[in-house]
Amino acid sequence: MISVGHYLAVSAVLFTLGVLGIFINRKNIIVILMAIELILLAVNINLVAFSAALGDLVGQVFAMFVLTVAAGEAAIGLAILVIYFRGRGTIAVDDANRMKG
Amino acid sequence: MIQLTAFYLFATVVIASAAMVIFARNPVHSVMWLILAFFNAAGLMLLAGAEFIAMLLVIVYVGAVAVLFLFVVMMLNIDFAELRAGFVRYLPLGALVAIILAAELIFAVGAWSAGGVDLAARAAPVVSDKSNIQQIGELLYTRYIFLFEAAGIVLLVAMIGAIVLTHRQRGGVRTQNISLQNQRRPQDATRLVDPGVGQGMEL
Repeated sequence: MISVGHYLAVSAVLFTLGVLGIFINRKNIIVILMAIELILLAVNINLVAFSAALGDLVGQVFAMFVLTVAAGEAAIGLAILVIYFRGRGTIAVDDANRMKG
Repeated sequence: MIQLTAFYLFATVVIASAAMVIFARNPVHSVMWLILAFFNAAGLMLLAGAEFIAMLLVIVYVGAVAVLFLFVVMMLNIDFAELRAGFVRYLPLGALVAIILAAELIFAVGAWSAGGVDLAARAAPVVSDKSNIQQIGELLYTRYIFLFEAAGIVLLVAMIGAIVLTHRQRGGVRTQNISLQNQRRPQDATRLVDPGVGQGMEL
């Protein structure tokens, strides 16, 4: 039978992959945003697994709010990316220091 | 047995496709792998008995977020080879951080399963004779109504923010000025004249 530990292992691997993705794709902000989505997905799997294991529905309700925030974050992040690209013609973010003034 | 087989299938595919998301050379391929990862994560949640969240994952992530990513990747003309430049350089640091994080997560799971942590009382126990979506709906529209509306406000702010950020006013284009048109009065625009024969008109 599937225990909560199985789900925790999958979500731990997924979370770690997301963090690794942020580090190795430091220039490519699109892949960084996708890695953040992976991290939020790992969190959602954790919430749902505990909700199922404990027989408590609050975890699933909270997973829905995490989903909402993830969708909003993706929309805003991609909008910022689009205006950044419009101004500079590239999306390399390792030299994004225009706000130094 | 079939459940365990399905779990291992979904888990393997979700982890493999997550790895492909971050290692793929082309971001369009990354988005495709991301869609596969979301589908299989929805399968995992289905196995856990959370049907509503699983369907929401497919609708919101695959239907909206992944398509948004795909649009942006294809809309911007980006030289992706240049963006791969630091890949090998950052790999040791990233691997170090990932290994430390994975060790911490394993430690936390071990500490939790050792039984030292007491769990609080159930806030909203599952009722077996109702479907998952009905129970979530009853919870969401009564006890968590303020959180639900706050989520709506978050989405509204995100929508307005995205529009304000990306909307661009084009210069040098003649457009219709509706308020100016509505302010126009007949006495400003027309004139009644009675010209004599052979005198001509002064405009």
